[in-house]
Amino acid sequence: MSRLESLYQELILDHNKSPRNFGKLDPFTHYSHGINPLCGDDYEVTLTVSDDVVVDAQFTGSGCAISKASGSLMTLAIIGQPVTTIIRLKNLFLKMLLTDTLTHDERQQLGKLAVLEGVKKFPARVKCAALVWRAIEDALSPSATATVSTE
Amino acid sequence: MEQGGVAGIRNQFPVLGRQVNDHPLVYLDSGATTQKPRRVIDRMTQCLTRDYATVHRGVYSMSQESTEACERVRHLVASFVNARSVNEVVFTSGTTESLNLIATILGRGYLKSGDEILITQMEHHANIVPWQEVAKSVGARLKVAPIDSSGDIRLDEFNSLVTDTTKVVAFTHVSNVLGTVNPVEDLVRIAKNVGAIVVVDGAQGIAHRPVDVRKMGCDFYCFSAHKAYGPTGVGVLVGRYDLLTQLPPYKFGGDMIETVTFDGSTYALPPAKFEAGTPPIVEIIGLGEAIQFLIDVGWHALLAHEHQLISYLMNQLSTIPGIQLIGTPREKSAAVSFVMSGVHPHDVGTILDQEGVAVRVGHHCAQPLMGVYNVPATIRASLGVYNNYQDIDRLIEALLTVRKYFS
Repeated sequence: MSRLESLYQELILDHNKSPRNFGKLDPFTHYSHGINPLCGDDYEVTLTVSDDVVVDAQFTGSGCAISKASGSLMTLAIIGQPVTTIIRLKNLFLKMLLTDTLTHDERQQLGKLAVLEGVKKFPARVKCAALVWRAIEDALSPSATATVSTE
Repeated sequence: MEQGGVAGIRNQFPVLGRQVNDHPLVYLDSGATTQKPRRVIDRMTQCLTRDYATVHRGVYSMSQESTEACERVRHLVASFVNARSVNEVVFTSGTTESLNLIATILGRGYLKSGDEILITQMEHHANIVPWQEVAKSVGARLKVAPIDSSGDIRLDEFNSLVTDTTKVVAFTHVSNVLGTVNPVEDLVRIAKNVGAIVVVDGAQGIAHRPVDVRKMGCDFYCFSAHKAYGPTGVGVLVGRYDLLTQLPPYKFGGDMIETVTFDGSTYALPPAKFEAGTPPIVEIIGLGEAIQFLIDVGWHALLAHEHQLISYLMNQLSTIPGIQLIGTPREKSAAVSFVMSGVHPHDVGTILDQEGVAVRVGHHCAQPLMGVYNVPATIRASLGVYNNYQDIDRLIEALLTVRKYFS
């Protein structure tokens, strides 16, 4: 697989073309706005959290294929999950992008999210994949800032 | 493209021989910064290895020589842009500092509450934000002249926005996104009907169009060396001498003073008045060599080369399905922006990079202009004197690769 093929895998291209849970919840209990000032990626994430479980999640906005696929895959991974699990997934996901030390077990836990591992070879694009996860981290933090920037 | 003054010119740029991601480099980001010819590299190396000494202060021979070498560059710049005198040429760190300098001193010594500053929709952030700050600090109003869908300033609107309260008009010579070459003389004439001071951002103009500040009639013209085959870290503010004399200094320190006592100081005459501190000596020498390089290639060859390549690039782009050009002005210089349907510019940039093709993707420090065209970002291919037809063919091939992934 060429570097480009490892980056733009079918699954990523599909989620870019038809992003899942693409929209804005109304009402919602948690919110964050993630922006990447350098490239203009801009997403809003809305959540409905009940008894520390994310029962629904949507994201909307505009950006590159990597950021959009990452947002789409993220919503699928977090809906129905306890907040503590989501934080663990987020940490694992960022670990995958930023280091080389993911174990087999950790990769298993990430499931489909591991498709974004190819982004690691493109340092300029890591922030694209990370953006919605930074936003979810912000939305779920007690001191939510409403806008989070990756730069 | 082997004709006139550009024949064989590619070989003068060592960096163009390198590979990027296993492909020969195709450099199409000269609008951001140009690559450097061997003679500029060699001249700066010679300065560092043989000639380097401070300017203005030393009585020793090397300092005298260094001072004279920098002053020769000042003379060369003055003649290159047809300034009225060599004392109208102020060395700065680049276009951004030149624009900040002039905006700041106009704020301190000229603009008043209620005055208006007029800019245009196609400005780079460096010709927007300093004026916003000045407007805020003096209570002036910032107005924005609109462009039409091709990327030309709407002269009727511009005309009606220039009123008796307009004190400063600032606009770019050439747009870094649209490639628009503005009709500087027409715009200056309108601004001068009300006596406004005119500031021209020449960052994209200096290496692409002959500049004659007297013919243009502008009061200030700003540019950087690094977009004109010279080094980073040095630029120029060409300013009308009477205004430079009347306006207050910008930075304070050594070299810009006449006398200093603990009770107060008096200031040197322009241009020294605006050149506090040790200047970027090696970079000034590099700027001189870069300008001599442009003069040696000659405007006739530079313009013919650019015109041929731009026409070819625009034509070839139109053969790719789903490409929308951003900026089709009456006169277009070396920046060609476009978007591709169904693909974000950043994905295009990454794929092109894998093919060895360097372009700029993003908002190009012109976020308000992106808003005008309702796009978050564009892909921009910008040309330099070293580009050729093969570079454009490689760009087009790489764009077809993009289409394979994003059909």
